[in-house]
Amino acid sequence: MDALSGYSVPKGIDKQKLIDLYKQMWLIRFFDEKVDEFFAKGMIHGTTHLCVGQEASAAGACAVLEERDKITSTHRGHGHCIAKGADVNKMMAELFGRETGYCKGKGGSMHIADVEKGNLGANGIVGGGIPLAVGSALTSHMKKLDYVTLCFFGDGASNEGSFHEALNLASIWKLPVVFICENNQYGMSGSVKEMTNIENIADRASSYGMPGVAVDGNDIVEVMNSVDEAVTRARAGHGPTIVEAKTYRWKGHSKSDAKKYRTREEEQEWKEQDPIKRFKELLIESDVFSEEHAEQLKSEAKQMIEDSVEFAKNSPMASKDNLLEDVYA
Amino acid sequence: MREITYQEAVREAMSIEMRKNPDVFILGEDIGVYGGAFGVTRGMIEEFGSERVRNTPISESAIAGAAIGSALTGMRPILELQFSDFITIAMDQMVNQAAKLRYMYGGKGKVPMVLRTPGGSGTGAAAQHSQSLEAWMAHIPGLKVVQPSTAYDAKGLLKAAMDDENPVIFYEHKLLYQTKSQVPEKEYSIPLGKADIKREGADVTIVATSIMVHKALEAAKELAEEGIEVEVIDPRTLVPLDEETIVQSVMKTGRAVVVHEAVKRGGYGGEIASLIAESEAFDYLDAPIKRIGGLPVPIPYNPELEKAAVPSKEDIKHAVKETLQRV
Repeated sequence: MDALSGYSVPKGIDKQKLIDLYKQMWLIRFFDEKVDEFFAKGMIHGTTHLCVGQEASAAGACAVLEERDKITSTHRGHGHCIAKGADVNKMMAELFGRETGYCKGKGGSMHIADVEKGNLGANGIVGGGIPLAVGSALTSHMKKLDYVTLCFFGDGASNEGSFHEALNLASIWKLPVVFICENNQYGMSGSVKEMTNIENIADRASSYGMPGVAVDGNDIVEVMNSVDEAVTRARAGHGPTIVEAKTYRWKGHSKSDAKKYRTREEEQEWKEQDPIKRFKELLIESDVFSEEHAEQLKSEAKQMIEDSVEFAKNSPMASKDNLLEDVYA
Repeated sequence: MREITYQEAVREAMSIEMRKNPDVFILGEDIGVYGGAFGVTRGMIEEFGSERVRNTPISESAIAGAAIGSALTGMRPILELQFSDFITIAMDQMVNQAAKLRYMYGGKGKVPMVLRTPGGSGTGAAAQHSQSLEAWMAHIPGLKVVQPSTAYDAKGLLKAAMDDENPVIFYEHKLLYQTKSQVPEKEYSIPLGKADIKREGADVTIVATSIMVHKALEAAKELAEEGIEVEVIDPRTLVPLDEETIVQSVMKTGRAVVVHEAVKRGGYGGEIASLIAESEAFDYLDAPIKRIGGLPVPIPYNPELEKAAVPSKEDIKHAVKETLQRV
């Protein structure tokens, strides 16, 4: 696969991979829509942050990774988990507080991690994962392990001190890390236009002596290409890059969000840039699959999420007998 | 008298002050049109405008520093930190700057600010959004620490905190926001360092803070049915602490149980138990002092585990009975 209509694609992305990615995007969307539904019904406890509308940045960025590569994620991390190969059964079980969940029911939505698969964890602290990603990259560098760490963070996190300190450190040590800013236009309610005074978060890269590029975050191919270039650079020992994926979260920040800080018109405009719909049209136009095949993939993804709910519901609740287990101090 | 919620009481105290004093302003994440993560500032940006209800970037260290610097130069800021766990990201500013500036400058300058923040577990927000870290703050000379347990106390204590010339950490409990009590419409102040006897009793003293005041009162009600009369004392402020009221109560009852949601190890309950042991109440003790606190574990997500990690009404009843050798 060298090219789609009007696009080149990264080396190693073949036809089957494109088909898998399409299904993966639906898997992410159905997962979060299901979580939304159960939240509304009061069947899921606590809090959760949904990435509906942002599927292209997670799926596109992780598409160019090798199995050994790692990611750090955010409080809006379900998409990153799935894109890094997580088992949706274990994810759903976690949200249901079950023993079979990724964190044995103790972490919930904001702390899902799958260290074996290279997902170093979602994080409830804004910007909390950024220094961790630099640490992971330092390991790779010192032990010559040849893995790259993708660090996901949001527009809001770029105003945390941890962001600035971590970028400088990664840059002076030329560490194999790629900083992926999922700029979904809002923190919780703070618009990126009000909270930063530059056009692109990626422009902050120049202060730290690294390249920065802003891309259409709802165009999965564009995300893949730019992240691939950054990953190649990192692997070759040339240090970090910022890739800013401009996107939008369709849902509120978390539960109980009246979305007073934005207009319904703006939401509609972004919904018209639906990353899944755009990718489907591109794949049909490029004869990768047919409309019928696309529908079938969507149904398969939907079924996987239905199955994950069954798995979660049939799993045992986290037991109080294990309450103190795994505390190491 | 009308009843309002704890959340409304906090908002009312701020609004009354802001109408009177142009130096008072609020800053924090999502406190504008969103109204704050827990809705405390809802409607305030509409009344006071975006200059005085300042919606900030997600930059805890910067906004804490901005509050401190503005206080040092004549303003009276109220900083809302979205979750009390995030004080960890503002630690240098609060501990090394706010708490010490006046002292370091030889008594010149002052930092009249209030840091309001929701603490505690019970909402399923898990390990990084559910902690009770008040003992950290209480350990630092230069910081005052307030933990109101009722709407009435919240309004009066916040007034006193805003009037104070020092940095005050004001812990609001997430699960208390919707609890109601009778609250006068007029302005009133409850002095910092004045405990409140929430229930009188002759047999055992319980010293409880924040949400545990409510659990202690529930336990006391049930124990009364068994003929055990419990006195429940709410210190209301940890720094300054009303030692006198606690000591007097223990001298009367001869038994003490101390309870807080924060992890027992290194928690403020140790301080309270020690002051009793060091006081003249020691000679009146008929049983060892009991301390109850959270288990030494990050707050887990699963709702049953979450409850199991912190003291329950049953734990409190059990401890009271232990001091009476009735277990």
